[in-house]
Parts: sequence; C-alpha cells; structure tokens
Amino acid sequence: MKIRSALENYGFILPALSIFAVFYIIPFFFVLRLSFFDWDGIGRLSSATFVGLGNFKEILLQDPNWWQAMRNAGWITFIALTFQNILAFMLAVACDREIRMKNFYRLIFFIPPILSEIVVGMVWRFIINDVDGANIINRFLAQAGLAQFIHNWLADPKTALTTVAIVHSWKGFGWGFLIFLAGLQTIPREFYEAARVDGANAWQTFRKITVPLLMPVIILVAILTILGTMQAFVLILGLVGGELAGHTSVPVLRILDVMRDSSRFGYSCALGINLGVILVIISFIQYAFSNRARALTQDYEHIPSE
Amino acid sequence: MSIYHQSKKAVVNTLIHLFLLAVAVTCIYPLLWMVASSFKTQGTIFSDISLIPRQFHFENYYLALTKGDFGRYFLNSVFYTVSAVLGIVFISSLAAYAFSRLRFPGRNIIFAVFIAAMMIPIPGSFVSLFVLLNKLHLRNTSLGYILCMINVGLATSIFLLKTFFDKMPRELEDAARIDGCSKLGIWWNVALPLSRPVLAVVVIFNALNVWNEYVLALIIFDSKHLMPLQRALMLFRGEFLTNYPLLMAGLTITALPIIVLYLFMQRYIVKGVASAGVFG
Amino acid sequence: MTDREPAFRELARRYEAKTGIKVNFELYAPSDAYSQKVRAAAQGANLPDIFGILVKKRDFASFIKAGYVLDLTPYMDENGSLWRNKFFAKALAVDEFGEGNSYGVKTGIYGVPIDIVTIQMLYNKDLLKQLGYQRPPQTFAEFLDMGKKIKVAKLQGLVSGWVENWLIDCFANNFAFNIMGKDKVLATIRGEVPYTDPDWVKVLTLFKEMRDSGILAEAVVTMINKTAEQLFANEKAVFAFNGSWCVNVYKSMNPGLDYAAMLPPKASDKFPMTVWGGAGSSFMVNATSKNKDTAIRFLQWLTDTEQQAYLAEATNNLPANKESLPKIPEVLAGFSKAIDSSTHPNIWDVSEFPVVIESLDRGIQAIILGEKTPVEVAAEVQKIKERELARKDNRPR
Repeated sequence: MKIRSALENYGFILPALSIFAVFYIIPFFFVLRLSFFDWDGIGRLSSATFVGLGNFKEILLQDPNWWQAMRNAGWITFIALTFQNILAFMLAVACDREIRMKNFYRLIFFIPPILSEIVVGMVWRFIINDVDGANIINRFLAQAGLAQFIHNWLADPKTALTTVAIVHSWKGFGWGFLIFLAGLQTIPREFYEAARVDGANAWQTFRKITVPLLMPVIILVAILTILGTMQAFVLILGLVGGELAGHTSVPVLRILDVMRDSSRFGYSCALGINLGVILVIISFIQYAFSNRARALTQDYEHIPSE
Repeated sequence: MSIYHQSKKAVVNTLIHLFLLAVAVTCIYPLLWMVASSFKTQGTIFSDISLIPRQFHFENYYLALTKGDFGRYFLNSVFYTVSAVLGIVFISSLAAYAFSRLRFPGRNIIFAVFIAAMMIPIPGSFVSLFVLLNKLHLRNTSLGYILCMINVGLATSIFLLKTFFDKMPRELEDAARIDGCSKLGIWWNVALPLSRPVLAVVVIFNALNVWNEYVLALIIFDSKHLMPLQRALMLFRGEFLTNYPLLMAGLTITALPIIVLYLFMQRYIVKGVASAGVFG
Repeated sequence: MTDREPAFRELARRYEAKTGIKVNFELYAPSDAYSQKVRAAAQGANLPDIFGILVKKRDFASFIKAGYVLDLTPYMDENGSLWRNKFFAKALAVDEFGEGNSYGVKTGIYGVPIDIVTIQMLYNKDLLKQLGYQRPPQTFAEFLDMGKKIKVAKLQGLVSGWVENWLIDCFANNFAFNIMGKDKVLATIRGEVPYTDPDWVKVLTLFKEMRDSGILAEAVVTMINKTAEQLFANEKAVFAFNGSWCVNVYKSMNPGLDYAAMLPPKASDKFPMTVWGGAGSSFMVNATSKNKDTAIRFLQWLTDTEQQAYLAEATNNLPANKESLPKIPEVLAGFSKAIDSSTHPNIWDVSEFPVVIESLDRGIQAIILGEKTPVEVAAEVQKIKERELARKDNRPR
C-alpha cells in the first residue's frame, strides 16, 4: 500500500522529471563530455577526437577573442551595475514617496523589459544608426545646437559597445526598479518617522536607514544583473548585427559563432563551461556577501507579496 | 507646516516628476516612433520624423502579412506560447503539489536538483540541445521547440508554486479527502483553483519568455513555415533591411500583442517581481 | 537565396510533366540556416536524395568522408564525358577533389554545379562621369586618387558588406593573388611562407591606403551587405564589391541603375588580378539514398542547356552550363567575362584554418578602423597560424 502510494506520488512529478531529464540533465552532461572532444558536427559523434583538456588549455592560453568578448561583456555589466541600477534605484526611491501618478510610472517603466531583445535592438538601431536609420539622436543634437556631439554611435568601434550597454540598460532598468520598489515598501514608515524626530536630514535617513535595510535587495539585483548581462547577446544581433571586429563580441555570441561558423562543437561547449563556471563563482561570492549583509540587518524580513 | 516647507516640498515634487517623466518619455518614445514609422513610406520615413505621420499608409501591414508572411509567424508564436504555457502550468503545478504535499523517497533531493538548475547557468547548452534534438528527430519540429520551452520555464514555476502550496491551509484538502477525492482530484479541484493568483504570475512571465525567445528558435528551426516571430524578424531583416517602414510594421506586429497582454496583467508582474524577482 | 524558389518550382513542374517523377525543392534562407540544416540532417541520417552543401571545402570533405556524398565521377564520364563537358571547368572544379588532395578524400567529382557566382567590383557609370572620369580606374593608385573627389562630391566610395568576414577575405585574396601570385598564396596556406612576408604586409597595407585616401565608404566595417547594396542601388556610392547575385538585387531596388562590373584595380603588374568565382550552388547526391539513379537523371536534366538558360533568365544568375551563355543580360555577361580570371578557395587543394581566416579578417577590420598597423596584423595572424600548424601535427587525424 505504501509502495503503491509512493509510486502514485511519483506520477505527479514524472512529467516534470522526464522533460527536465531530457532537456536539462542530459544536455548538461553532454556539454561536459563534448568539451573534451574535437568534433566538427558533421561526421558521426563516435568519430570525434578526444583531446582531454586541450580545449580548456586553448581557452585559457590562446584565445584572445574569447577574453576580449569577456571584457566586452564585463564592460556592459559594469554599466548595467552602475548606470542602470543607480537609475533604477533613484526611480524607485522617487516612486516610494507619496506621489501622484505612481502607478502610471510603474506601468511605463516596465514596458522596455517586456519587449524582446530583437525588437529593442532593431528599433534602437533604426533610431540611432547613420547608415540605415533616421538617427534621431543626431538630429536632436543638431537642433539643440550641439552639432559637435553628432556621432555615428553604432558604427564607431569606440562608442559601439557603450551604446550597446546603454540600450541594454534601457531595456533592463525596469526590473531593478520594480524589485527596489518592492523592497522599499517593506521598510516600516515608523523608522523614517523616528529618524525625523531624532533630527536626521533626508540624506542621513537615506544613508542610515534606506540603504542598509535594502542591502539584501541591492545584492539580489546585482546578482541578477550580472547573470543576465554576462549572458546577453541577442540585443547585439539586433542592434549591431555582428561582432564589429571584436568590439561588440560577447561570450555567448562567440559560442554561437564557434559552433556555427568554425564548426567546432567541442570547443564551443568548452567555452560554455568556462563561462558557466565563472558565473557560478561570481554568484557564490555575492551570495556570501548577501548572507553577511543579512546578518547585519536582522530587522529585514522577507519581501512579502502584495 | 510652514510656507517655506510647503513650497520647498512643491519644488522637490516638481523636480521628481520632471525626472520621472523624462525617463517615462524615453521608455515610450521608441515604441511610438516604431508604430509611427510603420505607417510611413520609404520616401517619407526620413523626411517626416514626426510621431504622427501626415498620411497613414496601411499597406506596410498588408505587405508584412502577405509578402513577409507575418500572419503565419504570428500564429506560430501564438501556438508556441499557448502550448508551452499550458504545458508549464499543468506539469509544474503537478510537480509542485507533489513536492509540497506528497511523500515519496528522494523528494527533497529531486527538488534540490530542480532548484540548483535554476541557479546554475549553462551558457551554450544550445550546442548540445542541437545535437540531442536532432538525434530524437525533434529538431525543426514544433513539438521539439515547445518541449524545450516548457523545460525553460519549469524550475522557476515549480519553485513559485511550491512556495505557495507550502503556505496554503490544509483544511480544504482534508475535507476533499474525506469526501473521497483522489490525490489527482484534490490537485485539480482544490489546489489548482486556489493557486490562481500564483498561476497568473506563472502564466504571464512564461508567456513573455516564450513569445520573446530567440536563441532556441534559431537553433531548432530551419523551415520558415515553423518559425516564430522573433526568428522570422531576423530573417525578414536580412531580406528587407532597407525597407524600413515594412520592417517597422513587422516589429509592431511582434511587439504589440505582448504590450497588450502586459497592460491587462500588469499587477501580476509587479507581484511576480516582488516575490524576489526569481524570473530574472 | 529563396528568390530562386519560383524558378525551381517551375522546373520541378516541367520535369514532372515530362517524366511523371515528382521533385520537391525545399529552399532555406539565410545561408547559415541552411548549413545548420544540412549538418543536422547528416547527423540525423535524414538527408534528402539531393542536397546542397554551403560550406567550406574542409567541411565538404568531412561530409564525403562520413559517407554521405556519392562520387559522381562515373556518371560525369559516361558517353565520352558528355555531362562533364557541359560545365565550365571552373564551376566543376569547386566540387572536385584532385589527386593527392590534402583532405584525404578519394579523387573524384562529388557535386553538380547549378550556377556560377563571381565576386567583383562594380562601378556606377553615371556617377563616374559626373566626377569627370571617362573610365573605371585601371590601377590601384588611380583608384585611391578618386577618393578625394568622391569626398568632395559627398558620395561614398567603395561599399560592401564588410561586417561579414568573408567579403573582406575575398577582397584581400584578390590582391594577394595579384601581388604574389597563386603559388605563393597556397604556399602560405601550407605553412611554407609566413604571413609576415613583405608581400602579405603589402596586401594589408592596401587597406590602410584605402582608409587614408577616403575611397572606402564610411562605416564599411559595420555595413551589412544589404545596406551596401541599397547605397549602391540608390546611387549614393560609386563602387561596390559584391557577388553576381547582385544583378537581381539591384534590379529590384532600382531598375534604372546604370552600372557595370570590373576587375579590382591592379596593385601590381607582377601577376594577373584574380577574383573569386565558381559554382554558386551545387547539388550533391545522397550516397545512402535508394533513389540515386533517379536523382542523377534529374540532375542531368536540370543542367541541360535549356533548363540552365531558363534558370539564368529567371534568376539572373550565371548558368553553370557554358552552352547556355548566349541568352543572358548584358551586365551579367560582364560578370561572366571574369570567369576566366577567377579562382576560389574551394578549388585549391589546401584550405586555411578557419581561425586564421578569422584573425586575418578581423585584423583587416582593425586596420580600416585605424587601430592596428599592417605589420602588427601580419604578426598576429602568423602567430595563430603557427599555433594551428603545431596543433595539427600533434593531433591524430
């Protein structure tokens, strides 16, 4: 009877487990395995050549393109962590006050995140590109008498990556905004009240109450930003169309290119593992940080749902 | 409060509104520009940069739907989104219910594996999915794509639903059990209806996710007639890059449904993000 | 290129009417979707009876070695080589593996060329006249010299889709052949001549000179070929570097465009200018198919003079069958003249490592962007070349 019941219960998770096994677990080990092989994706898999750690050695020692892509993604991530998240934070603080049209702002700020990277990339390309776009930004600069700032933003390798990063931030800040706002709303109003009674000014209140209490949320947003941004690449396809001589190459774009253009399936798997490991390490470090922050702010309770 | 304080507050509020409004404008301007451009012609698109075209040209939509075959891609996207979301709702709620309420050996370990999967990124897993789906003869099929998309949404949805079921009072289930309801019956008649608010979150986020997905569609489909909108847009750009109004019509067709869906289900998004932003 | 779909449909219809055999063409675009498709089909053992392989020779060899492609030599040589003799030798060469080739493939012909593509420079006749030139530039110096006038006239010089590596590769190779000759280029690929050789530096320097003279279009390294085509078709650019498929493209964008094809202007008198050309697409027969003979008979019919002429006319592509040439449009005929001075990496018996090609192309992009000097790029490419050569020797093949 007990066994029957257990079997019955397994039936509940069976669909999830089988899909998960086939489309996650098997590919996971498959990627691991393939990363030790040299395989062009044409001949049968059994004809692939085992190269041991050869692919990883090449990644670490001889693949400047990969590390350039990493640096590029790092730069985009840096801008997302600073510009995008600070903007999101400021907007959230602004909306946390008793202010009119709060819901309207909340509605609008989350529109960019719901759009696909393809759509965002293509629309922005059309807005800022010189060659095949209307370049509204440059027209605006010209009209504002700032003609000296007119620039071919996407075509100049010096500005292309930062342009990508800013469009990426435009698309992404809504996430941070909503999470921050939810976090801010959990801070009891009495704390602010008490601080005012104690004579603290707005800046002191912000520094001594808002930021510390929000620390776990800030770290959460930072982790999500890093994980999301380091793996982003579709936006670049829509916006720039390619790697622009390496100036806008990012890791996942490299993986895709290595697989499709150079037909090095094994090597592209090794690249994927390399990136995955780096991301896991970063998350762990941040997780450790957030635990410490949590310990420091014991008052902080879980963010309740609305 | 003194007049000084009141007027200071008014100034601060005005400044805050200006800041918020400026950001809001940058959020919607590109979209308005996209829609406006889709009604212009190749001749006026660069000269007439206003947001309200002097003359509305609907033929771009007609062309996108006929020559660009966007009608088909649109239906494909709808089909994939609906199928994958339905699949995720049923499969993940079944599993979440079991993880929360039912007993079986290995329960915690299996759940932990699901959660670990949510945390550990495997960039480039599309390489192995390509090979694997090919072996299973699921590449370049709708089923293969739908199963992949179900898999993508599974872990997070199970996590959200399990968290909800854990907090759900047991009384109703007990009553149903006494009435002779089977486990499956309880899931269907009690747990599922009760979890409606969380299901809404699961539905909206997965719908966004599937509708906007590009990479797997790139890897899985070669046949044009199976492609969803995002994939087709990139093809479309290759063919019609220089026909901007047509491209903008294609983009509008792709973006509009999701914006409408968002406007209707906005509050569930806020809720989903608030519950720790798990869908990052 | 799916703009050929209606023509292929029509041919299938004609063939069915004639023989009762139903042929189903499936066309895929863009080409990367197709090469992904055919690779997957090979792995999944579900290749159709006839298929194309749009990949580098090295990958083509992998397909053959894995046993997917039928050796067509016996059929080509039937009845006194009747079939073989219909084709331009240059077109057939793309599908041929010669004696002792470096890929280790058995000597033979493994594909049937359907059409020919050449990649050349084009010039806008009207714009050139407006600028005061009576003829296209004959030498590279003359070409560079036009940069100033083009700038003044607020036009673009040379446009091409150089965000994609292969068009750059092709352009560089044309001049490599012109400056050092075929033998030395191939010797470089074999690893006998380094990329740091003065001749290679000279090839790379051409890009720097083009950049400095202003003859290159602005943002050419971020240009998608479609954009380049539009600029040329709209008479905003004087020169284009593009494949012969562009005839159809320009025709649809601007039917009145008055242009002609030319060989790139010579940078040296030592060796003739060579452009890339050869089979644009080829069909291979599935070696594991049950319908091999039917497939071959169909391909023989498809490459017959009449069908080839129809295909050329309907798609504005050069036919692979040399007997169908008389009936094609004038501009296209201009392209066909270049067949004699054409070559293609796929007809050389060696091929460069993809990563070396990538580094060369990226290096050239960097030169055009003003970030690296030709000497630096040459050194970088050579470093990667040496690494790959060492790896090849170390690995069991």
